Amino acid sequence: MNLRGIWAIYHYEMTRFFRTLLQSFISPVISTSLYFVVFGAAIGSRIQEVEGVSYGAFIVPGLVMLSVISQSISNASFAIYFPKFTGTIYEPLSAPVSFLEIVIGFVGAAATKSLFIGAVILATAALFIDMQVMHPAAMLAFLVLTCISFSLLGFILGLWAGNFEQLQLVPLLIVTPLIFLGGSFYSISMLPPLWQTITLFNPVVYLISGFRWAFFGMADVPIGLSLLAIAAFTGICLAVIWIIFRTGWRIRA
Amino acid sequence: MAMVEVEGLRKVYDGGFEALKGVDLSIEKGEILALLGPNGAGKTTLISTICGLVQPTSGAVRVGGHDVVRDYRAARSLIGLVPQEINLEPFSKVLPAVRFTRGLFGKPRNEALLEDILRRLSLWDKRDTQTRALSGGMKRRVLIAKALSHEPEVLFLDEPTAGVDVELRRDMWAIVEELRGRGTTIILTTHYIEEAEAIADRVGVINGGRILLLEDKKRLLSRLGRKELRVELDTSLATLPPALQNRGLALEDGGRVLVHTYDTAADRSGIAHLMADLRSEGIAVRDVSTRQSTLEDIFVSMVAKQEEPA
Ligand SMILES: Nc1ncnc2c1ncn2[C@@H]1O[C@H](COP(=O)(O)OP(=O)(O)O)[C@@H](O)[C@H]1O
Ligand SMILES: [Mg+2]
Repeated sequence: MNLRGIWAIYHYEMTRFFRTLLQSFISPVISTSLYFVVFGAAIGSRIQEVEGVSYGAFIVPGLVMLSVISQSISNASFAIYFPKFTGTIYEPLSAPVSFLEIVIGFVGAAATKSLFIGAVILATAALFIDMQVMHPAAMLAFLVLTCISFSLLGFILGLWAGNFEQLQLVPLLIVTPLIFLGGSFYSISMLPPLWQTITLFNPVVYLISGFRWAFFGMADVPIGLSLLAIAAFTGICLAVIWIIFRTGWRIRA
Repeated sequence: MAMVEVEGLRKVYDGGFEALKGVDLSIEKGEILALLGPNGAGKTTLISTICGLVQPTSGAVRVGGHDVVRDYRAARSLIGLVPQEINLEPFSKVLPAVRFTRGLFGKPRNEALLEDILRRLSLWDKRDTQTRALSGGMKRRVLIAKALSHEPEVLFLDEPTAGVDVELRRDMWAIVEELRGRGTTIILTTHYIEEAEAIADRVGVINGGRILLLEDKKRLLSRLGRKELRVELDTSLATLPPALQNRGLALEDGGRVLVHTYDTAADRSGIAHLMADLRSEGIAVRDVSTRQSTLEDIFVSMVAKQEEPA
């Protein structure tokens, strides 16, 4: 294992993050506050409670997931697309680092960044509502796993993308709807029966449900199933990346 | 010991284009090899395949005895690469960029070494400058610093002096000279024949994905020691008279020019003899000129010969 190589990639990526730290910090604070104003105050005053939890508190897990998932994807996809774009990818490709080490460096950094943003959002939310976390360890585990698995997905997207449009279009057209339809702002049980069934094909549902369980002890789908879903998703992403590096698809001529 | 061994290397790109058509090459430890070839000859493809950027279609490459595909970690640890294109992250500063490369190769931090490298490349004053703010020549220096940062035993320089200022070229040659003293193996590609003459031990000519010539520079230069005497005749000859035959003479320009090739290092040039014979045969001479063939001539004629339809 080339640990120094992994560290070099990780450290380099984090340096870029710290260069724009203020920006990384301010935007989630503002958007979270806006969500609370719009959903928590305006809509929440009409929806009193969801399954015994105040609506303001109910949306917190979904809100965190929403940001963490989209941040993971954009961080990781950009992190690997940018070296492809500038040509600097020749360095890791000709260095004594394995595909796994490259992935750990890039994805680790992207996941760290989104974890940081998740924490900022939780802290911001705590300013608006009384937070309670029933299973803190499970909450942290779900958060970390989500950061990692969606950073892996972002990494694949960045490897695949041939231009900046593709890089931005895919999250916009596919990922954002999945997140919004994943039960961020409502309970699945509030949907008509047909939609409840359709929704079960959305992987994000399992994440948000599990994450919400960690907060309030209630879930749309069994917690074991949530864990299984996220493990399977992570496994699939890793396998895809392994195949990409194996075949050199879009990275080695 | 052969430091770099290439055997029957072929590369067919995805579009079906065959950029390397079976290359065999063996480079000794400490040797400096210059690869000369026109654009599209396959120089970059060859280097990229050795360095792991391009996957070989068939054949084998070993660096330091390690197969570059199967044992890539050991092989790549030995290799420093200065790519042809200026690939740099625009927002990164010079010193962190060089430090990054060293780390990527798994080497422990060594700030003193990096300072030394940057100073020798006149980059120390620019260590905190973002690479996008550097001139083209300076950017290339950063690429060289990156390649040297992990103390490679084999250094690949892909057209390092194409379009750079005289100063950088001089600095580069000085660095190559110093690395040679330390036993580093160096492979460089170039368009410039003077460059090959100045720093290489051996010269290879590559075109159309094939190595056409691979020869010790000194021997090549002694070949260059050959000179041509061109004798322009008053009236053209259809054939050589019997007295002048079997002496390696050639008729050119429809018999108007007689070409005599001789070795400058030899005791006798044969010129006086030839002139005497011409007079006794009654052949009038209008003009005489001499011409020394250069590496460029050899190169151009080899490439031209290869491009003739078979
Ligand atoms: N990625 C690629 N896909 C298809 N053809 C390529 C690719 N890279 C290079 N080539 C072709 O291979 C040939 C050799 O290119 P290259 O190795 O860059 O030559 P050189 O470095 O000697 O100028 C050229 O004809 C070039 O067009
Ligand atoms: Mg080239």
